[in-house]
Amino acid sequence: MVLDNLANSLRDTLRRISSSSYINAETVKEVAKELQRALLKADVNVKLTLELTRKLEQRAADEKPPSGMADQDYLVKIIYEELLKILGVESSIKVTPQKIMLVGLYGQGKTTSAGKLAKFFNRKGLNAGLIAADVHRVAAYEQLEQVAKSVNAQFYGEKGEKNPVKISKNGLKSLEETKVKIVDTSGRDSLELELIEEIKKVKAAVEPDEVLLVMDATIGQQAGPQAKAVDDAVGITGVIITKMDGTGKGGGALSAVSEIKAPVYFIGTGEHMDDFEIFNPKKFLSRLLGLGDLETLLETVKEVDITEEEAEESMSKLMSGKFNLKDMYDVWEKFSQPSLLKKIFDSLPLAKMPGGNKINPDDIENAGSKLQRYRVIMDSMTFEELEKPELINSKRIARVAKGSGKPETEVRGLLKEFKMMKNNLKMMKGNRGFKKMMKQQLRAGNFGLDEALEGVE
Amino acid sequence: MFDRFKKRVKESFPEDETPSVIRKDELEDKVRNILLEADVSYDSAGKIVEMFRDRLGKVKKKIDYQLVLEELKETIREVLSAQDSDLDFLSPGKSPYVVLFLGINGTGKTTTVAKLATYVKKNGKRVVLAASDTFRAGAIEQLTQLGENIGVNVIKHVAKSDPSSVAYDAIEHARARNLDYVLIDSAGRMQTNRNLIDEMKKIKRVSKPDLTVLVLDSMIGQDAVHQAETFMKETPFDGIILTKLDTDARGGAIITIALELEKPIYFVGIGQKMDDIIPFDVEWYLDKIIP
Ligand SMILES: Nc1nc2c(ncn2[C@@H]2O[C@H](COP(=O)(O)OP(=O)(O)O)[C@@H](O)[C@H]2O)c(=O)[nH]1
Ligand SMILES: Nc1nc2c(ncn2[C@@H]2O[C@H](COP(=O)(O)OP(=O)(O)O)[C@@H](O)[C@H]2O)c(=O)[nH]1
Ligand SMILES: [Mg+2]
Ligand SMILES: [Mg+2]
Repeated sequence: MVLDNLANSLRDTLRRISSSSYINAETVKEVAKELQRALLKADVNVKLTLELTRKLEQRAADEKPPSGMADQDYLVKIIYEELLKILGVESSIKVTPQKIMLVGLYGQGKTTSAGKLAKFFNRKGLNAGLIAADVHRVAAYEQLEQVAKSVNAQFYGEKGEKNPVKISKNGLKSLEETKVKIVDTSGRDSLELELIEEIKKVKAAVEPDEVLLVMDATIGQQAGPQAKAVDDAVGITGVIITKMDGTGKGGGALSAVSEIKAPVYFIGTGEHMDDFEIFNPKKFLSRLLGLGDLETLLETVKEVDITEEEAEESMSKLMSGKFNLKDMYDVWEKFSQPSLLKKIFDSLPLAKMPGGNKINPDDIENAGSKLQRYRVIMDSMTFEELEKPELINSKRIARVAKGSGKPETEVRGLLKEFKMMKNNLKMMKGNRGFKKMMKQQLRAGNFGLDEALEGVE
Repeated sequence: MFDRFKKRVKESFPEDETPSVIRKDELEDKVRNILLEADVSYDSAGKIVEMFRDRLGKVKKKIDYQLVLEELKETIREVLSAQDSDLDFLSPGKSPYVVLFLGINGTGKTTTVAKLATYVKKNGKRVVLAASDTFRAGAIEQLTQLGENIGVNVIKHVAKSDPSSVAYDAIEHARARNLDYVLIDSAGRMQTNRNLIDEMKKIKRVSKPDLTVLVLDSMIGQDAVHQAETFMKETPFDGIILTKLDTDARGGAIITIALELEKPIYFVGIGQKMDDIIPFDVEWYLDKIIP
């Protein structure tokens, strides 16, 4: 899938956050380091990366999370916000009659994207025409002509003509009736001053409504400076990132976006004319981080807040040290309605998992069904046993197993998990971050730690 | 080309302004960032920093920035020289010598094929080109026109036909006429595209190239090593040609490929014109990236 590698390394980073029981300066530093590596490996500009992680460390030190939000979640939120800044503002191309000029380096996908754009507008009921103003690349004329034909777009070109300004002017005239006029231009780079001059002239002749920079997802550290040079020359109004179907992570192109402050309108995901997607920075980032949708997350947090008081109550009970299986049962009754569980997992799949370091979509299901099974087991225990779990010896285990129809290993697993939770409680009593973490665990229906789960499944 | 980069390196290591104490970790961070900014892969940058550290550790005299740059240059020289190619492209010792070009989309394969044809022709050799990119719009026309411009025959079929049989025909053509070279162009393909990788396997199987060349764009960033590794696994290649080194790109992929895939760089493309190709030379490259 697109961007798998970056997504994986970012997710690893988030997992580290969620698996730490509390956040201190050292955790933040480690997280910053990991994020740095992930971004550099994704071709995000070196300076930009260093700035971003510096900012992260600073914000984590200066800001306090709002009440009810765990430190871990807040750190994730900061990362999300800082990354979002790189991705540029959310904006889309207007679906109106207009003139568009495509610019960019050699072989980045300008001509192909011209065809994809034409198809996009045609579908929206605006007929499109392509103008062949690339006079340098051999057979650029034929390529665009064939592309135009394949998407049923108008085509204008002058074979053999070497003056792109002249072609553009004639093209605009000839395509007068066409709603969307798209001018395809030659590849060029910042060092070719003649070509930079040329594109300025073409722009002056075309007077485009949009100047779109086409950049591919494999380009590295050159992306920013190159984009800047073109931006200085002709003023870029939007970006298309192509070749997102490969393993290039687009960090270079996104750094360019951040450099020139223009929105990404589309991404190209293949050579065919349909391989074209509208770009939405928030959705993109969520997908990258595996965060589902941050807005959904925030909503869910609100919803969970309703039970916050109850959480508080149960919490003090737990803290009192008189914690038994019955309390576990009660707490769990309150917080583990399957729908709530699912919602939380969906919106923040990483921060909520047991132990936080092994995320598997099945685990969500498992957590739910595990609790379901524990309920049945507990129903087979006597009140005395629930209040004094230490009474439950192997004989009693055998009885409970029989009564609930569950294997003995599972009863043992439940008891093991209970013991772990109790130990955790003892261990973390003096810890400030503890309460928040506890709440998280309760919401996730997790009473012990990961190992306990393994003992069961 | 490379001017801006040289400037950056100079800024980081102003020769006559070595501070009285150079902090080791700061120095190494600087070196690493220089390499990353040149698009050397993250892992390779790490390795080079290690090699650099060892090298600097052995230095007996006082370390100043002048020396730092020399040692860095020496480190990179060591990496690149280890892969110095022994290929003699002009007298490969077999005819027809069949060369297959592959790579992702838009890296400069077709242009490179035409440039190399120009190069061998200038050296008195006879060559035929195979228009085996039958997929991309205008690709056959592009190679055909290039062939006309440089006076070299191009074997082609209609668009969308089987690229392997085009290659086969070109080889037959060369055999029948005792030509020296067959250069096979191919469609750009993402190394992740199963169908296209299978197609490339077939082209290789049918054409049995004497040399397979991966064409990389010097603008490429960290993806270079992914691309190279996947192609290596699926459709092994012998070496690299890096294009577009006339742009402001540093082509750090050269270093990455030498270090991580241990493959040589044969030629570099330095412009859009037919003469804009030169055999890769370590010293030439070193001069460009380290002032
Ligand atoms: N895989 C893939 N290839 C693309 C994409 N966009 C363009 N290409 C290919 O990239 C190569 C260069 O594209 P082209 O439009 O000629 O680039 P131009 O030189 O900038 O006009 C061609 O082989 C295209 O088929 C994309 O989104 N994905
Ligand atoms: N500046 C420069 N442009 C190049 C070089 N090699 C190829 N190009 C340009 O890169 C674009 C893509 O080249 P092409 O050979 O069609 O790529 P292919 O899709 O891999 O066959 C064209 O605009 C070429 O003119 C080079 O060494 N320098
Ligand atoms: Mg083009
Ligand atoms: Mg080609």
